[in-house]
This record gives sequence, structure tokens and C-alpha cells, in this order.
Amino acid sequence: MKPPARLRKSTSGYRASTTELLPERELHRMVDCVLRLARSTRAEEAEVHIDEVADSLTRFANNGIHQNVAEHGLIVSIRTVVDGRTARATINRVDEDSLRAAIEASLSLAQSQPKNPRLLPVPGKQKYRQVNRFVKNTAALTAEDRARAVRSACDLAVKKGQTAAGIFSSGQSQSVIGNSRGLFAAYRETRSEFSVTMQEDAAASWAKANSADVRALDPQKLAGRASEKAHLGVGARELPPGRCTVILEPAAVLDLVGFLFYDFAATALEDKRSCLNDRMGKQLFGRNIWISDDVYHPLQQGAPFDGEGMPRQRVLLVEDGVPKNLVYSRASAKAAGKKPTGHGFALPNEYGEAPMNLVFGGGDSSLQKMIASTDRGFLVTRLWYIREVDPYDKVMTGMTRDGLFLVENGRVAAAARNFRFNQSLIEMLNNVEMLGPAVRATGEEAFEMVVPAMKVRNFHFSEVTKF
Amino acid sequence: MWDLCTNALDTAQLRGASYCDVRVMHLRQRDLTTKNGQVGTLAQSESIGIGIRVLANGAWGFASTDRLTREGVASSAAQAVSIAKASALAKQGDVVLAPEETYVDSWQCPFRKDPFEIPLERQLALLLAADEEMRRVKGITLTETDMQFRKIDSWFASSIGSRIHQRKLISGCGIAATSFQNEEIQKRSYPNSFGGQHSLQGYELIESLDLLRNAPIIAEEAAALHSASQCPEKIGTLILGGSQLGLQIHESIGHPIELDRVLGQEANFAGTSFLTLDQLNRLKYASSIVNVVADARLDHGPGLGTFAYDDEGVPAQCTDIIKDGQFRGYLSNRETAHLVGLNRSSGTMRAESWNRLPIIRMTNVSLLPGTWDFSDLIADTSDGVLMETNRSWSIDDRRYQFQFSTEIGWEIKGGKKVRMLKNPSYSGITTEFWNSCDAICKLTHWTLWGTPNCGKGQPMQTMGTGHGASPARFRNVRIGTAFSNQ
Repeated sequence: MKPPARLRKSTSGYRASTTELLPERELHRMVDCVLRLARSTRAEEAEVHIDEVADSLTRFANNGIHQNVAEHGLIVSIRTVVDGRTARATINRVDEDSLRAAIEASLSLAQSQPKNPRLLPVPGKQKYRQVNRFVKNTAALTAEDRARAVRSACDLAVKKGQTAAGIFSSGQSQSVIGNSRGLFAAYRETRSEFSVTMQEDAAASWAKANSADVRALDPQKLAGRASEKAHLGVGARELPPGRCTVILEPAAVLDLVGFLFYDFAATALEDKRSCLNDRMGKQLFGRNIWISDDVYHPLQQGAPFDGEGMPRQRVLLVEDGVPKNLVYSRASAKAAGKKPTGHGFALPNEYGEAPMNLVFGGGDSSLQKMIASTDRGFLVTRLWYIREVDPYDKVMTGMTRDGLFLVENGRVAAAARNFRFNQSLIEMLNNVEMLGPAVRATGEEAFEMVVPAMKVRNFHFSEVTKF
Repeated sequence: MWDLCTNALDTAQLRGASYCDVRVMHLRQRDLTTKNGQVGTLAQSESIGIGIRVLANGAWGFASTDRLTREGVASSAAQAVSIAKASALAKQGDVVLAPEETYVDSWQCPFRKDPFEIPLERQLALLLAADEEMRRVKGITLTETDMQFRKIDSWFASSIGSRIHQRKLISGCGIAATSFQNEEIQKRSYPNSFGGQHSLQGYELIESLDLLRNAPIIAEEAAALHSASQCPEKIGTLILGGSQLGLQIHESIGHPIELDRVLGQEANFAGTSFLTLDQLNRLKYASSIVNVVADARLDHGPGLGTFAYDDEGVPAQCTDIIKDGQFRGYLSNRETAHLVGLNRSSGTMRAESWNRLPIIRMTNVSLLPGTWDFSDLIADTSDGVLMETNRSWSIDDRRYQFQFSTEIGWEIKGGKKVRMLKNPSYSGITTEFWNSCDAICKLTHWTLWGTPNCGKGQPMQTMGTGHGASPARFRNVRIGTAFSNQ
């Protein structure tokens, strides 16, 4: 096999060390290089995305680190347009020969298909609102830093007679988009995340947080919270399932309502696979439900532009429980006679767009207040393995996990064995009795959102498991 | 490639690694989709890089890079060693690896037609024709088709002297018709849901599926489901079609036997397992007609879990998981084998790409065929429900309690399929369910299904697994639970 392309000729004389990202100007230069190469082909238009990532993750279990990884990678993704047709080719080499080959591959794919009547010319230059989500302290975090924090969490577990498992990750990434009509957009961010599960006998509990700024994480506090709840969970009782009041902590709310996000895509309605078909403008949820998509919210992360480089707009999706607006890519906006909202996926794709920065309206009820107001119900730490059972009634199934507690007479009375639920999200969002302050929540089923804790009546637990 | 591997091994050992293995991987992928008669995704991608795994100070470190220069690889190897030394700051004992032989080998999966050599126009024409066949049916509001092809080359080298090159070719294809009517969405897919069938084959897989014949059948069924009766809620007899049974195996046998889960290594994310070490050779997992193996060998078939060597350089093997209903084996690696009394890994370590650490993965976890002809099985069932093609799946984090729903059901009365049922579902407890199995269809009904989207590990890795299954019957199952009390 011939040697890898980077050994032959690189467009870049500069390479960062393993954990540093390239300067933005270097990525801009690569974009210009691709666009210059594309001009000498039969491509009528071209668009290039470059994504670079440097991530590290320390994983622990049984009170010790068992996996510890780091990665660095950069991909160049090129879309060409020729005669009303488009296609994409992606590579992770940046020498001119490889870039030229990717352009040709994209053209070859594009020309093999019928014309796309909905294809629009690439957009021109755009203006973007700046967001600052790159924190040097996060980028500078080392494997030793993470190991020390993990050690402290594990020491706590040992002290309490428990077993700790989890992750501590940190990383940085950047994305740029440029096209042959002069559009150029760039974004970089840092990420950090600590997640911990504490196990005591058959009981377990969990806590997790993430932030662009690692200084906002408190691994010891998270470990302490998980440890306390794991201890509370010992001796869980098997209780009968049925309809009952639940107090969903923010992570549980997030993982459930996260399944609604694609329903707000204009393309999903056009395809008649959204639960909002024939329901826009109607009183679908309770009047205390407000949902927006807002990448600029201080608790949100992500780039201020979409897969075509269009600026993301803040969109009010649900007002007083009434679905009011959808999000649009350029193509779906044109089809619907609307303006694009900057939520399109990279082309070509069949899904169109989606809101990726959901923010739910909150209230002023603390978890303690919700518990104190409950005669009988369940406090839910987290949900697990959630899947859609019915797409139009939006019935979801899944399990409670890592801390389910019976609430009686205004206090946590006992730990309970985990339940399976089968619950319509539409019904659930009509039964919200109390809302906590909206916080940045992180779970495992949905991407991060800003959501409140919720007290919900008549939630449907259908079966109970063995622990 | 071998020079890069040697460079990484030398650097890692020079920096203090007591063991090191490296993988250079070159992945090529092509994705085609259509929707409502238009091309959706049309893309190809290519990725090459190196992943370096080391043991230093008794602990693991892993680093990966796409900088395939001598300095890039050396830098990554040094980083892996420094990460391992950081791991040692919070280790619970030194990692000990089961012994393994040294192998120098090259292997390529057999295939007849390279899909990357088939003209795209031909591939798209087939998808668009199937799309059109579905759209002809009244009531269909959304049609979708997809094809996916992957060619994966890997070069594995280890500090014990192994040098293994493998080439795999994976093909996948599926079609789906959706109907929205009267505040209800119904969908039918072929040959399976969520992307269709996937296997370690070339374009011959696509040609074997007969998409054009099946497209109108599933479209008619999707439209007809609106007027079908609701699946009743009851305790009763359940017959599962092969693809749904494949997923049942995946969730309620494949995951619980992963030894890393059993040992708590996935406790924070994918979960643990009810199959604690004391259950081995003691638990009656299933009825005595149930035999399950984890078989990565080509002899088992061209599954997504078929290979010659795993990503630790251990040869493919066949392991008994359930023998005559008794629980007999786990999926292990070189680090965990000794914990279950084995002196060798069962060869299940796999990584999604060059930038991911190998972890224990299902290979082809398959239910071996039984003796029944499918028509005899239906004729032998006086009252039951046949369920086909997965629609949703969920199981608790220790793999006890599960619930599945399927796209379509059929009521069986007096040994005959009498009517279509919509919104079928069932639930149960893993061991109770498998112990209720009283009939398994024979080899002529057996298919090695591919599950291309199994997620596990942090950072998340998506891996393909294989599951051979033929239709089977289960007694006293909770049916219709997903829609009860809605």
C-alpha cells in the first residue's frame, strides 16, 4: 500500500501538538485551498466543513481507573454542486492530492443521481452573533488532573463502603464552514464532564454535570450526592406499579422530553411523522409549558450557525402549551414560504433540520417543595433505555434507574425497586403541577438541554423489575 | 503501515510500556438514502488513523491520532504511556493479561461483488424503484430506502510479536413505508427495521433481498394496519419472527454475558448484569431446547460479529453460552478471562475505529436452530400472537425486565393466522421468558441477522453484532403491555 498522503505533501506547514487545536487562520487557509481546487473542476458550487477534535476521557469502575483515552482528529468534508445535483465526500487527510480526490469523489457521487428540484444555491456571506464557549482552563486539563479527581471520588466510596464508577472527560473542538459564495463561519468550544455512579449492596445512585468551564464542575460534590442517595437506596421495596404522582429530577425530565426535539422540524411535519401534525396552534400541552430553541442561552453550548452556515435564530416553539413555531432549513423554509431559522443539517440529508438547543421554561419550586407537597408519589433520579412506542401519541417506554424513592406525607419514605413506564409525553406535559428552576441538565438518552425538575400527576408505571 | 506500527511499539516500550498493541485502521464508507422518490443522503467518507494501547505501571493508557507521520505516531505513543502512568495514580491493582500466542496473518472476508465497484447509478436506481413501488400504494405518506457499504482494513501489531492484517466488507440495505391516517402513524419495514439487514457480504446481499417484490407488500401492510384490531392485553402464547427474536437475543442474552458489564466496568453507563459470577454453570437460563453460542468464526456465517482475530490479536472462537438451557459461558477478554476460570480470552475485543479503545463486544450471539417447520408451528398453536419486525425495545440496566413492540402482529386461532393486529407488544423477565420457550424453527427458517447500531462504552462506540435466529414460540407471556391503560 502506498504511504499515507500526509507523508507526501501537506497544505499545512503547521501542526499543533496532540492536544492543541490548529489556529482558526489555518483552517481558513484549508477552506480556501479546497475552494481553489474546486474552481478548477466542473463543480458549479462548493462547500467545505472542517471539524477538529481533541478529547480525553478517564473512566473508572470498582474504585479505580480502568480505561483512560485521548484522541485527536481532523476531518474535511466537501460538498459540490453540479447541474442541480449535490453530494458529499469526507476525508481525514489534508494534502492537496487527497483534497482533490475528495472533490472528485463528491462530483462523481453528485452526477450519479437525478436532479434535485429542491436544491438551492449555497448561501452567501452571513453575520453571526458571537458566543464564547472556549475556556483555557478546560483545554489545559491533564490526565493527572482527572486522575486526582477520580481518586478523591473513589476514596469517598471506599470510606463509605461503596463502589464508584464513572467518567471524567475534557476536550476541545472547532468547526468551520466555507463556501464558494464567500460564506465563512468558525466556532470553537471546550467541554468537561463528570459522571459518577455509587453502588452500595444492590442499590446505586448517580450524579452528572457538564460545562464548557471545568471550574464549574465539582466532582467531589457530585460523588457525595450520589453516595448519599445510594445509601438511601439500600433495601429497596417492591411496590405495585400504576398511575401515580412523580417528581422528576432535571436529568429524568431531559431524557424524556428530549424525544420531542425532532417533532419541531418542519421537514418532520411535511413527512407526516411528527406528533405535531394537525396540532400546530392548538392547546396541546398544559399552559405552564414553554419551550424555545436558543443556542445563545447562557447555559447552552454549540455553534451559532447550522450545517449550511446559516445563523441560528432563537425560536419560540411552545407558548402557554400551544405549539406555535417550527424550525426550518433553507429548503424546508422555501417549501413552506417561511424564513430559514438556522437549524438545517449539513446537506445532503433527508431529515432537514431540528432544534438542538432546547430551553424549557422553569418555575420556582425546589425539589424539597415538590416533595413536601406530595401525599404519595415517587422521586425519580434518572431514566434509562427510553424508546418510542407510539410516534403520534408520543408514548415512550423506559425504566427508572439509580434512585427511585417513595414519597409519602411530604417526605422521602423509602427506596423502591425500579419501574417500567409507558407514558405519553403529550399527556405528561398536560399534567405538570410544579416546575423547578430551569437548569442545564445532562443525561444519557438526550443531548444536553435547559430543563426544570417537574412534579407530574398520573404518570404511568406499568411493571416493576427485580431491583 | 507496519513501519508505523513498529514505530509506535518501539516508542511506547522505550517510554516504559510493559505491553503495547496498535491498530492502524482505514475505513471507507458509502451511504445512500432516498425519501419520497428523491435522493436523500449521498455521501462517502474515508478515515485513517492509529490507536495505541499500552500498559505502564500496571495500568492502561490509550491515545489515537490521524497524524500518520513518524513524529505524529511517536507523540501519540508517548501520550498513551503518560496517560497509563496517570491511570496508575488511581488503580486497584495491576492489570494481568491471559497468555496468547503470536500470530502473523492476513485475512479477508469472502464476498462476490464489491459494492464500491458497482455503479452508483445502479444502486440508486434500485432504491428509487423500490421507493416508487411503495408510493404506489394508497395511504402511504412517507417512503424511505437506504444502502450502506463499509470497507475496513486494519493492521494490528503487538509487543508480543503479532502482525495481523484484516479486511472486512459490510453491506446493508432496507426499505420502509409509513402511513399517517386518523391521528395514527403506522410503519412497515423490510427486511428489518432501523436500516434493514446488514452482513459481512458484498453487493450480493442487496441482490438477494428482492426489494422490488417486497416493497408493495410492506406498503400494503402499513396502510392496512390502520384498520387492524388493537393487539389485546393478556397472558398468552407468543411466536416471534426471526428478526425480532434476533433483537431479543441481543438485549436479554448478548448484553448480560459481557464480562465487563458483569464486573461493573459499565456500571455508570451501559449498566451491569444479573449474571453474576456465581451463576455460571448453575443458572437454568432457558428451557432445555435452547442452545445459544457466541461464534465469531466464518463457519457460523457472514455476520457483523464475524472476523478472524479480535482487536487484541486473539483468534475468532465459538463459545457455548447456553447449552440445553444451562448458562455456560461469558464473553471475555485477555484481562478478564481468569476471573471465570479461563486461561484464555474468548476473543471478543473490538473497537469501532482507530480512535476508540477495544472493549468486550458481542460477536455473533445466536440461537441455534430447532426442529420445527414454521407452518407446523403455526398449525400447532391454538391461540397466540405472531409478532414481526421490531418497533421499540427497552430493558433495564441489569437486563432483567424488558419490553418490546413490533410493527405488525397476527392473531393465531386454531392453528391459523386469522387477522392482522396493530401495535403489538410484549414484556417479561429475561430468565422467565427464555424458560418458557417450547418450540424453535429449523435451519431452513434461520437467518443470521445484523444489528449495526449497538452502542456501548465511553466515549460511545457503535458496533455491529450478529444474531442468528429462526422463529420460536414462548408460553405465558405478557402481551399488549405497552398500550395498556393509555
